[in-house]
Amino acid sequence: MTEAETVYRPHPEDHTFLDSNEIVINMGPQHPSTHGVLRVVLRLDGEKIIGSECVIGYLHRGVEKIAENRTYVQFNPYVDRMDYAAAVSNSLGYCEAIEKIMSVVAPPRAQYVRVILTELNRIASHLLWLGTHALDIGALTPLFYCFREREEILKIFENYCGARLTTHSFRIGGLQYETYDGFEKQVNVFCDDFLHKVDEYETLLTGNRIWLQRTKGIGVISAEDCIQYGVTGPVLRGSGVKWDIRKAMPYCCYPDFEFDIPTGQNGDTFDRYIVRMEEMRQAVRIIKQAVAKIPDGPIMAKIPKVIKPPVGEIYHSIEAPKGELGYLVVSDNSTQPYRVRVRPPSFVNLSALDIMIRGHLVADVVAVIGTIDIVLGEVDR
Amino acid sequence: MPDEIKPEAPKPEAAKPEAPKAEAPKAEAAVKPEAPKAEAAAPKPAAPPKAPPVAPAPWEGDLVTHMKNRFGAAILEASTFLGQNYFLVDATRIEEICFYLRDDQKFDMLADLTAVDYPKKEKRFEVVYQLYSFPRNERLRLKAPVAENESISTAVNVWKTANWLEREAYDMFGINFAGHPDLRRILLPEGWQGFPLRKDHHILTQDDQWVRENLNIESGQ
Repeated sequence: MTEAETVYRPHPEDHTFLDSNEIVINMGPQHPSTHGVLRVVLRLDGEKIIGSECVIGYLHRGVEKIAENRTYVQFNPYVDRMDYAAAVSNSLGYCEAIEKIMSVVAPPRAQYVRVILTELNRIASHLLWLGTHALDIGALTPLFYCFREREEILKIFENYCGARLTTHSFRIGGLQYETYDGFEKQVNVFCDDFLHKVDEYETLLTGNRIWLQRTKGIGVISAEDCIQYGVTGPVLRGSGVKWDIRKAMPYCCYPDFEFDIPTGQNGDTFDRYIVRMEEMRQAVRIIKQAVAKIPDGPIMAKIPKVIKPPVGEIYHSIEAPKGELGYLVVSDNSTQPYRVRVRPPSFVNLSALDIMIRGHLVADVVAVIGTIDIVLGEVDR
Repeated sequence: MPDEIKPEAPKPEAAKPEAPKAEAPKAEAAVKPEAPKAEAAAPKPAAPPKAPPVAPAPWEGDLVTHMKNRFGAAILEASTFLGQNYFLVDATRIEEICFYLRDDQKFDMLADLTAVDYPKKEKRFEVVYQLYSFPRNERLRLKAPVAENESISTAVNVWKTANWLEREAYDMFGINFAGHPDLRRILLPEGWQGFPLRKDHHILTQDDQWVRENLNIESGQ
């Protein structure tokens, strides 16, 4: 039996040791390891966590209300501001949802460029996660390496559309911009280089004893709990469920590419780390296939000047770097959406934080918040 | 625990679904998926289809039969729109229906729960449940109309995801979920007045009193 398996995890109804020394402490909202403005109220017995509660909403901007007061096209840039670490994915989900309700399909070339940019963004998002997550646990070095590679991706975005973070890269019906000269080459160079870099990160962390002690057996969540709590994305896959919307319910042109879905077995922080590392490699695999096969042709479908989808509602979800990102769009055949609901992966995944940290130490909360990979802009919207 | 989802089973979204059985995706794998492979060769993108205007159509299938046999008049409507199936159900029996869908029909995940406000309808809110089934690889939407002063029973006992999502629906719409263990505001501060996602709540309205008392400024605008 490993050390991890013997960790005592009290039941929520358990009394404290001798019913004596329960302390309540506040973590955040201003705390570097909470990755934004997340406040966690922890109930402790000594240093052991016996309960917790998240206080969120510090970044609430009312995105869904704004959507009802903007036209379909005007709302497009706003979605980038939710998960700002993966703005391209947000944009893809929104544009595809509107295209679906309008029964429009983006041209093949636009779809390929979308996949390339989205997968690059997945890598960028995972790099941001890896750097900050390792930093939280005490490994300072990976941050610099991760940001070095992330910079290359942001340069590609900048060359493509002029923005680095909130790119507003897609339009309803296709793309605004054709790719620039040398786009394919720059992406290919990055991909070839990047596979070695992932190995480099792994040499820093995967066999590192401190890293193993801080991640193995920490924040364990079972597959059943994941499904009960609606947890998706790498956290679900880390618990051994081989489920990825790109495979299960393909969208865009993902059926054209070969890639694997990495999974873990134990559902702990280490497994989720391994899953995300492998996802970066798989993303490179997808990008290389897409660049090799990218078709010529138009980049914009024929869509009306004024977008007025038919009356009805549609739910469209994509596999964002953090999990299932869904849009429920209700249309009343006017120029403005009647309602746009965003199903944020970070929000739903964060709700499982409580069961993941029970029985652990305060220092492990930092590791678990990092491993869920939340972006507060998306949690609060 | 759900096993590997086979990649060759795409969601029948581009096509009209036939029977919502586990085998349904296989039958529809032959139908053209969303990715326009056929159009790749065409020089121009497909123009918007000239098909008749899309509208919700009645939905028939095994699941509908099972549901209607079991819940009868509580199933107000079963429709399909652009390949997405939904039930309009009686809100008073929602918990029973959720348990049945989870345990007997294997819709094991609640992907999302939200609400839509229709002030002109007799029951102004529609609580919307997005269900997903790992074994069937299928989505289903449930909609339950609720009037302003009515409450709807919670789904927390069925799916724990509902805890935060119902709190958000309460926060934004003021819908009361009976039996919820911890129904408080989640995104807005406690003590805030008003439910911002209601249609009669203007985008520029805010709780000025709360802002004055807690932030010591005249207005947040």
